[in-house]
Amino acid sequence: MTQPLIEVKDLKKYFPITGGVFQRTVGHVKAVDGVSFSLNKGEALGLVGESGCGKSTTGRTVLRLLEKSGGSVHFKGTDLHSLNKKDLRAMRPKIQLVFQDPYSSLNPRIKVGEAIGEALVDHGIVSRSEVRDRVKEILSICGLAPYHIDRYPHEFSGGQRQRIGIARSLILKPEFMVLDEPVSALDVSIQAQIINLLTDLQEQNDLTYLFISHDLSVVEHLCNRVGVMYLGSMVEMASRDELFSNPLHPYTKALLSAVPVPDPTKKPERIVLQGDIPSPANPPSGCKFHTRCPFAKDICKQQIPEYKDAGSNHYVACHFAGEF
Amino acid sequence: MSNNLIEFRNLRTNFYTGSGVVKAVNDVSFSIREGETLCVVGESGCGKSVTAMSLMRLVATPGKIVGGEILYKGEDLLKLKEREMRYLRGNEIAMIFQDPMSSLNPVLTIGHQIAEPLRIHKKLSKQEAKKKSIELIELVGIPRAAKIYDSYPHELSGGMRQRIMIAIALSCDPKLLIADEPTTALDVTIQAQILDLMRDIKKEFNTAIMMITHDLGVVAEMADHVVVMYAGKVIEEAPVHELFNNPKHPYTQGLLKAKPVISNRQDRLYTIPGQVPNPVELGENCYFNDRCEHCMEICVQKQPDLNIYDNKHKAACWLYEKEGK
Repeated sequence: MTQPLIEVKDLKKYFPITGGVFQRTVGHVKAVDGVSFSLNKGEALGLVGESGCGKSTTGRTVLRLLEKSGGSVHFKGTDLHSLNKKDLRAMRPKIQLVFQDPYSSLNPRIKVGEAIGEALVDHGIVSRSEVRDRVKEILSICGLAPYHIDRYPHEFSGGQRQRIGIARSLILKPEFMVLDEPVSALDVSIQAQIINLLTDLQEQNDLTYLFISHDLSVVEHLCNRVGVMYLGSMVEMASRDELFSNPLHPYTKALLSAVPVPDPTKKPERIVLQGDIPSPANPPSGCKFHTRCPFAKDICKQQIPEYKDAGSNHYVACHFAGEF
Repeated sequence: MSNNLIEFRNLRTNFYTGSGVVKAVNDVSFSIREGETLCVVGESGCGKSVTAMSLMRLVATPGKIVGGEILYKGEDLLKLKEREMRYLRGNEIAMIFQDPMSSLNPVLTIGHQIAEPLRIHKKLSKQEAKKKSIELIELVGIPRAAKIYDSYPHELSGGMRQRIMIAIALSCDPKLLIADEPTTALDVTIQAQILDLMRDIKKEFNTAIMMITHDLGVVAEMADHVVVMYAGKVIEEAPVHELFNNPKHPYTQGLLKAKPVISNRQDRLYTIPGQVPNPVELGENCYFNDRCEHCMEICVQKQPDLNIYDNKHKAACWLYEKEGK
């Protein structure tokens, strides 16, 4: 068996809560609490869940933009969290991030060409004289025009800015990209353009994506495997077709049924979850979902369900998986 | 057939900016009937929110309503005195905003904010207002209403705050509820709860709802009648089933095709090429011409009118006119 490109094992990220006069740590927000997955080259894994479920924190901890609290992340066999500063920096061009908000992720005073080319120079990949050619090349790959190189971010629309954000990561020829809600801030017609661009780039460059989104329909279009997170834990993971046609966890079912379908003849048959997502500082006992689960039984309140394979690589953490 | 509650007639709202005049709402006409849910759809910058703000007469400078009429029960709102308008706002016409995090006052209790319109518009006493407020909190589905009455906005989650906004909007039994992207900032599971709540309210109180959204899924679920806007203009208007079965305008067709739909995966999504035109550089042509796959000679020369076709279906496109054939 080939080695996976990214292997995440039991990853944990806790944020301390401080209190009192001396700002002592009084508790922890368990933003990511034991998440494991692996990604082969050329795969696109979608991470979905509601706000606050830890999907963005997972993405950032995988890239070591946040220090882990436990577990491990291996990129091509190298433990990213044990690298020293110099080695990590050398690794950075291979592992890149694209941000959600194309408005705040670009410095308004820096020309687009400089913003895109900056990293190339910093990492000493090409000489200063070659940078402009490389930037022009990447601009046209990302659907912008080479003459855009000397413009400032405010001269671009939201969709174009997101293309700039993608170009900025792509110019380093990464192997692995974390895309943190890259299309959420965009309008439908622009969103479709960016999704198609991401699909093309992946095919042309054999890229591996970790795609973080709350929009299940976007994930279905872009990813070949999908993981569903709830309160810092993975509750279900399966291949795209398997997850969308045969969801086993009641939370996944509820999420899928909650998405409005653009067809007025279809009356929604939905599982409406009661209440809100509980606080990750004080998660419920047993199965974390039991407070909102329409099928919860006594065992769910006491025992944490095991995250296990229910057949054909369909992982799920539920005592009664598939029984509903 | 029920009567028109609100009628926009050739409404024009401009914004006078440093780089030129933006015709945010450009000759917009449509009406909302009593007890009906009307959805206004379009992308950012198409003028859907400004249309709603014009109705409330809350367009802030540099924006200004420069023409047209907005008839409410036959009376032109644009001619009312500010004092008369204040009587209507929050009383007969109420509004829910997109962002429940910033639309509540953080230093006042929830109870204070729900009771305020009751005290001002309905002239209730303190005790009566409190009693009614607690009833409203229960009505929008929040448990422990008496305790919530005394809490502050930061103690509530996003979904609960949006419920409170709805409770405030409903406090004076409005005839029309304007909801500007009421679920955009919320998670899908919470969105489902809020949409259910709005449907129940409409059924129970027969309130007309003007809902502004960019999500065609929400439109399909909520609307009776749909208005599609593009660059400040209404380009299509139809009853909801008619619009989804038989979209006429290429922009509407494109929007429907470009949206990824669950369990209906395609290898490539349809895309509308290009982007929304710069609002200060609009000419006398069809504003969609440079993005349209059916663009003809006449489309770059003349602007199409919004004409009515079968099944109460209106569209502004040369494809359906004899000039375009």
